[in-house]
Order: sequence, then C-alpha cells, then structure tokens
Amino acid sequence: MTELLLSFRLAFLVTAVLLVCATPLAYWLAFSKWRAKFLVEAVVALPLVLPPTVLGFYLLVAMGPRGPVGKLWLILYGHTLAFTFAGLVVASVLYSLPFCVQPLVASFEKVDPKLLAASRILGADEDRTFFRVILPLSLPGVITAIVLTFAHTLGEFGVVLMVGGNLPGATRTVSISIYDHVQSIEYAAANQLALTLLAISFVLLAIVYGLNRRAGVRWIAH
Amino acid sequence: MDCALAPRSLSVRARRARGSLQLDVHFSAKPGITILFGPSGAGKSTLLDCIAGLVDPDAGEIIAGPHVLFCSERKISRAPQQRRLGYLLQSVALFPHLTVKRNVEYGISHFLKAPREKAVREIFEMFRVEKLASRKPSELSGGEAQRVALARALVTNPDALLLDEPLSGLDAGLKNSIIDDLRAWNARHQIPILYVTHSREEVDALGEGVIALENGKVVATGSPREVLDAPRNRQLAQAIGFENILEGTVLQLRSSDGAMRVQLGASACEIEVPLSHASPGDRLNVAVRAGDILLATAKPVQLSAGNVLEGNLEHLDQRGSMVIARVNCGATFIVHITPRAVRSLALAPGQKVWLVLKTHSCHLVEHQ
Repeated sequence: MTELLLSFRLAFLVTAVLLVCATPLAYWLAFSKWRAKFLVEAVVALPLVLPPTVLGFYLLVAMGPRGPVGKLWLILYGHTLAFTFAGLVVASVLYSLPFCVQPLVASFEKVDPKLLAASRILGADEDRTFFRVILPLSLPGVITAIVLTFAHTLGEFGVVLMVGGNLPGATRTVSISIYDHVQSIEYAAANQLALTLLAISFVLLAIVYGLNRRAGVRWIAH
Repeated sequence: MDCALAPRSLSVRARRARGSLQLDVHFSAKPGITILFGPSGAGKSTLLDCIAGLVDPDAGEIIAGPHVLFCSERKISRAPQQRRLGYLLQSVALFPHLTVKRNVEYGISHFLKAPREKAVREIFEMFRVEKLASRKPSELSGGEAQRVALARALVTNPDALLLDEPLSGLDAGLKNSIIDDLRAWNARHQIPILYVTHSREEVDALGEGVIALENGKVVATGSPREVLDAPRNRQLAQAIGFENILEGTVLQLRSSDGAMRVQLGASACEIEVPLSHASPGDRLNVAVRAGDILLATAKPVQLSAGNVLEGNLEHLDQRGSMVIARVNCGATFIVHITPRAVRSLALAPGQKVWLVLKTHSCHLVEHQ
C-alpha cells in the first residue's frame, strides 16, 4: 500500500507544480508572437517522443554528484537529488510537461480573440482578462490537463526507474512495485496492485470526462 | 460620474500601410452619430481598430475627449484598456460564460457595489434589457444581444463609441428602435459615435454626417444626400448603387444654363449634365441611377428633362418585383422598371424606346 500512496503523492504534487508552472508557459505559447516560438514548442514536446530512458539518463546525470543540479543540491541539503522523492518530482514534472501544456495551449487558443479584445476595451488588463475570460472558457482544457498529467505521472515507469531507483517508501512507485513483483514471480501481489491502479485510474477518468462534458456544454445550453 | 462635461469630440489622423490597404485619413467627429461609409475593404474596420488600440497606425494622432490615445510624434500609444472607449463588433462578443448582468458589470467591476448596481440598473432601463439580467448570451435573440452589448459598452461611460456594422443582421424595425435608444442615451451623454456601415440604406436611415472612405482615404464628407447623391469617385458611385457609370468627354459648356454637354464613350450619344469645373475635351464619368431613368415607347415631348435619348431595348430581366431593362442608345443604359410597366407598355426586346434623364440625375464622377 505504501507504493500506492507514494505514487498518488507524487502524482498530486507533480500536477500541482505543473498547473502553476505550465499555465504561464501555455499562455505564452498561445499568445506570443515571437518568431522562434516553435523552438520552445519543440522542446516542450520532446518528452512525448523521447524514450523515458533517454530523458531519465540525462536527468540522472544532471542530478548526480557531478551534475550541476546535483552539486547545488549537495551544497544545500547534503545529498544529491538522484534517488530521492524530490528528484522524482523534478523528473516527473519535466516528463509530464507536454501533457499539461498542450491541452492548455489548445484551449487558450480556442478562445475567440474578439472576446479578448472586448475584455481589454472594457478596461481589463491581461491578468484580469486571463482570469475572468480565458481561464473560465478554457475549463475543459484545464480539466483535461489535470487528468492527463495526473494519470501520466501515476503510470510512469522508465524515468522513475532511471532517476529514482527502487527505494521502498522513497522512490518505489506502484508501477515499479508491480514490475518487482512480476520479476519475483509474485503474480498475486502484482495483480492486486495492478487491479487497484486500473480501478482508480478508470474512476478518475470517468469522473473527469463526466465533468468535462458538463463544463463543455454549460455555455452552449445551460 | 458627472455626465455634464464639456462636449467630447474625437479627432483622428492616422496613416497605416499593410498589404494592399493604405490607410490615410484625417477627420474629427463631434458628439452624435457620424457614419463611416464605404465598400468592404475600404479600411473602415482597420480604422476602428486603430482608434481602439487593437492595432497601431504607422503615424498620426488620435484624441478622444481630453485624452491623447495615440501620438506617433510623442510616442504615445495607450493600451486598449486605458482608452476609455466603447467598441461594438458585428459579432457582439458577449462573454458566453457570464450572465447578461455579469457581462454588463464587466467594465465597471472596480466600482463599489452601490454605484455599480445603480449604473447597471440605469443602463438596463435605457436599453430595455432588465428582464434579461440572469440569462446567458446563448439565450438571447440577435436584437437582445446587441442591446446588451451596447449597454455593456456604454455603462463604462466611454469617451467615444465605435460601432462596426453592429446592426447589420437585424430587421429595420428592430434596428430603428435600438438606434432610438442609443440616441436617447447620447442626448444625455453627448459622446461622438462612429457608426461603420457599407449599406446605403443605413446611411439614409440614420441621416447624420457621413464620412465616405474609399481605399483607405476619406473621399467625401457631408450629409447623406451630399455624399450619396454626388459621388466624386467611380468606386464610391458603384458602392452606393449607381448602376450606370459611363465614360464621357466634355463637348461644350453652357454656363448660362448651368449645364454642359457630354459625349458618351465613342458613340454619337450626347447628354446634358450639370455644369462643373471642366473644359471641353476633359474626360469624366457620368453616374446615373437605374431607378432615375424613365422609359417611354413613344417620343416624349414637352418635358423639363434635359435628355431624351432614342435607343433599342436589348434585354429584359425580371428580378423579383423589379425588371432590369438594358437599352442601347449608342451607350448602354440599365433601367429599372416595374413588371406592370412591362405589361402595360407591352415591352419586348428589339423594340425602339426613349429614355428620359433629368440633367440633375446625371452625376459627375472623377475620371481615373
């Protein structure tokens, strides 16, 4: 059960961190007129195409005792970031970034520019326009971003294994635990965890899609 | 909010070149409705966007009431949210997730609750939308949405109001009642209202000062009659519905008659038109409305009209309740007649007919 709790703690944290960090990034990607924007878009999308081991490998190197992040962490906290829960959070944030950013960008871009113009002409600055017009109208996209980020973090395996290793209570997540059980031919235990994960994931997705449907329809009908 | 300020005016000098549109205008608008009229692509919407601050002119100066909104020399360009303007687009752009009341409150949410409620109540009454307060924009009719959009723009007490074909989708009755409410509101507040349209019916109906825009330039200003009836430019004439625009050469000036004779094209067809600053040999365009021409099957005599042209009826084409006749008098004229006239005169293609054109129905348009 500790593995399950750890996985959920990780997924919650990563989702929270990403919502705060990815929203301004998504806003910028949706509305910036900078010509080289596509480069940033490509970087954000990288985790989608890279094998988790590649990303995990570079993160491990960066977080290790000779990597820049690892060195800094060593000075601040007396140990490196690799093979810790904090390291897992950092790695997962990067790995799940596109799953949070892309739905947000897509829904921000879908907001009618005339509404944004109307908001500004009515005296609202960019911040107010964002919170009063863009965000409420992008609610389905926000929900999608939350779900995808959460589910993706919950199910990740490769990056966690590379960066976190397999330390019970610290970095052993559900997916790694299942792998462990299978390796030790403990199919019953593996099945129990897998089934729990499956059920929880399904319930989560069902709730979110249900909410999303209502949110999407709300402005059209009532 | 004190409404009894000195009358606010709007003064615009703007130059902006993008793609095929070379905007270069200079005008000012007094309190009341000023119509910006021109065909699509004339730069009307771009001009409004410049005033609202959605795009910047390359050069110029825009002043609304006491505020300089844009000045290229002094490098001033206020953000749209600092311009204190109302801007209504053709698509009303009401916030779909907010109720009518929330929409109207949007621009005055910084007010304290009591004055805010009061302002909303007053504007609701003015534009008769009290009953819609708790509805969502998706539950409004076109006219209701326009009323709410006007209320939302005007509750902020803007220095000027920009309307981009706001009522183009509505029927005449609805349109008039909204315009009446707008005029009533403005009787108290006295702000300049720029009303963009490409419909000459709307220009006629509003009956206010007109600024005619063509290819990004102001080509005429004045009352609707002055601008619409005496177009000085060929495209404008086409835009406002002159079906006959014929090239001609000045033959002879008759100053004492206030008229001159013009030969149409290379034909032998000569007509009399009002006198203008021209000399024999000058080329010009003559514009005549198809509805201003009389058609007769026998030669009319004893008429005040200066032009009776003999011609051949080439073609008749019924379009709804109107018949379009094409008559060749050397130059080809389009004439609008009624189906009744076709029947009673037993008109048929190939027939010899006479066209009657009053001298003052022939409008001179500069030659390009």
